[in-house]
Amino acid sequence: MNDLSPTAFLVTSSIKVFLVFSVLLAVVALMTLMERRLAGFIQDRLGPNRVGPFGILQPAADGLKNILKEETMPATANRFFFVLAPALAIVPAVITFAVVPFAAPLETPWGTVGMIVADIPIGILFVLALGSLGVYGLFLAGWASNNKYAFLGGVRSASQLVSYEVALGLSIVPVLMLAGNLTLPQIVWEQQQLGFWYVFPLSLAFILFVISAFAETNRLPFDLPEAESELVTGYHTEYSGMKFSMFFIAEYSHILTASALMATLFLGGWSIPFWSGDHMIWYEGMLISGFTAAGEPVAANPAWWKTLLTFVSFALKTAFFVLVFMWVRWTLPRFRYDQVMHLGWKVMLPVALAYVMALAATILVLDQLGVEGFLFGAVLTAMSTLATVIFVFFIDSDRLISGSAVSGTDREVRSPVRTVDRPTLRPGSGVGAGR
Amino acid sequence: MADILFFVFAGTAVGGALGVVLQKNPVGSLLFMVGTLASVAGIFVLMEAHFLAAIQVMVYAGAIMVLFLFVIMLLNLGHDYKDDLKSGVGLFLAFAVTGAIGGLLARQFRGAEESPIMAHFPGPEGMDQLLAEQGAIGAIALPLFTDYVVAFELTGILLLVALVGAIVIAKRRV
Repeated sequence: MNDLSPTAFLVTSSIKVFLVFSVLLAVVALMTLMERRLAGFIQDRLGPNRVGPFGILQPAADGLKNILKEETMPATANRFFFVLAPALAIVPAVITFAVVPFAAPLETPWGTVGMIVADIPIGILFVLALGSLGVYGLFLAGWASNNKYAFLGGVRSASQLVSYEVALGLSIVPVLMLAGNLTLPQIVWEQQQLGFWYVFPLSLAFILFVISAFAETNRLPFDLPEAESELVTGYHTEYSGMKFSMFFIAEYSHILTASALMATLFLGGWSIPFWSGDHMIWYEGMLISGFTAAGEPVAANPAWWKTLLTFVSFALKTAFFVLVFMWVRWTLPRFRYDQVMHLGWKVMLPVALAYVMALAATILVLDQLGVEGFLFGAVLTAMSTLATVIFVFFIDSDRLISGSAVSGTDREVRSPVRTVDRPTLRPGSGVGAGR
Repeated sequence: MADILFFVFAGTAVGGALGVVLQKNPVGSLLFMVGTLASVAGIFVLMEAHFLAAIQVMVYAGAIMVLFLFVIMLLNLGHDYKDDLKSGVGLFLAFAVTGAIGGLLARQFRGAEESPIMAHFPGPEGMDQLLAEQGAIGAIALPLFTDYVVAFELTGILLLVALVGAIVIAKRRV
């Protein structure tokens, strides 16, 4: 998928791996600060602001503290697995980013370099496969600690991750049906060609994906494996120092990767809306920007400023979802365990399946009618919006939408506003009288 | 390069398989099993069967092995003081049967390049072209849903029957 010589490929790939890995870890460090500052903002306090300007050096201080801290090893723990678990947690979390394209291809003197670490043919399946391996770190941490709180956290994480993986996979299927390919650059390209970000024609898939991603990253309202108010801190109760920190890094890199995936699958990835100058895809060994009416490929003209602009676009979209992750954490309370399982198996799974069927039928009909381009996207948008409205209506079960919005008599019948007769306050008697 | 990688993956696969039987701790065995499955997935990638590799990791290493983990945890099998491999006749039989199966497989697959199965394998360059034309899924989906559709559907029914049977048995116990 490139026109580089083997040596140039090796060199550029090594540079990309190094850069992406460093940037990923740096952003993860800043995300911990961002989360704490945001929590402070939401709770009307300041958050950490003492170390460096705006507290920007707080992550460095935290890292230093975690490295210098004593590592505890519980006497009853299984030593080998206890040490192995943090490593198993962090590796899949960090490595997943390799298949996400983060900018338009860059023009260099040695050839055009794709701004993606590994453009492998299975793309999104790689993400799912590694995501399914992430469960071992958490589970082993809980089991090897030989502590009942940690063990409960581990069991919860395993059952939760396995349950929501199904919904996650099924919510990606609509994207694959529209894009017709597994690689993420191709998915970005198809969104550019359709002229719609997939969040519109596949709105219900987007909602299901976001919910599953929250469950997969163990973020509130799905942080059952940690559940600090019932399980101390769940699976990493017994961990301290850098090992604890590794679980932390794993969680935040999961968030970053999930946000990047949401941006890529549903918000057009690095593409810039309403601009066709960034349309680029590898086609039979050359970088093209589209086809002529006769079907001849048109060569694209990549430039460094396009790469920069598209990277900014990608970073903004990803940052938006990171913000949503944090915003939700400090807004919603935690689910009960049975509610998590109910939502996963009895709501998300059937809805995702039905949506895949309905969408497949719609696409089939549109294909048979020969509908293409804007109309194709518009019809799918209408159909998905309808499905989303129905889904939200039923999952909400009257509590939020019609509950707070309705102002008719219906609401008053259910919970009538009673006016309490207060005893009239006379001077010299009752509450507030001079005692 | 591919040859070196093949021997790396083959080595870890066989080593992991040995670890599965030699480990006393069931959780350790399970992790070795995951390692073996991942190594086999690596070999699939070397043969350009990317989709198969991803599914291997996703389904076997990521889902079925987690269910194994559940069984080990819930039945409280995680002790490492008991040796599963008893000495004497059992040990001898285990090695004899394994050796016999290995010998049979080696005999069957010797000179596999000429075997009729290999006629369907387009070779590395052919696979690259196939992947470029049909994508990772198309390369496996098209034969699966055209030439082998009956076998595919029958396998599906077989799995469904097994699933229903398992539920019926489990229900009776509860």
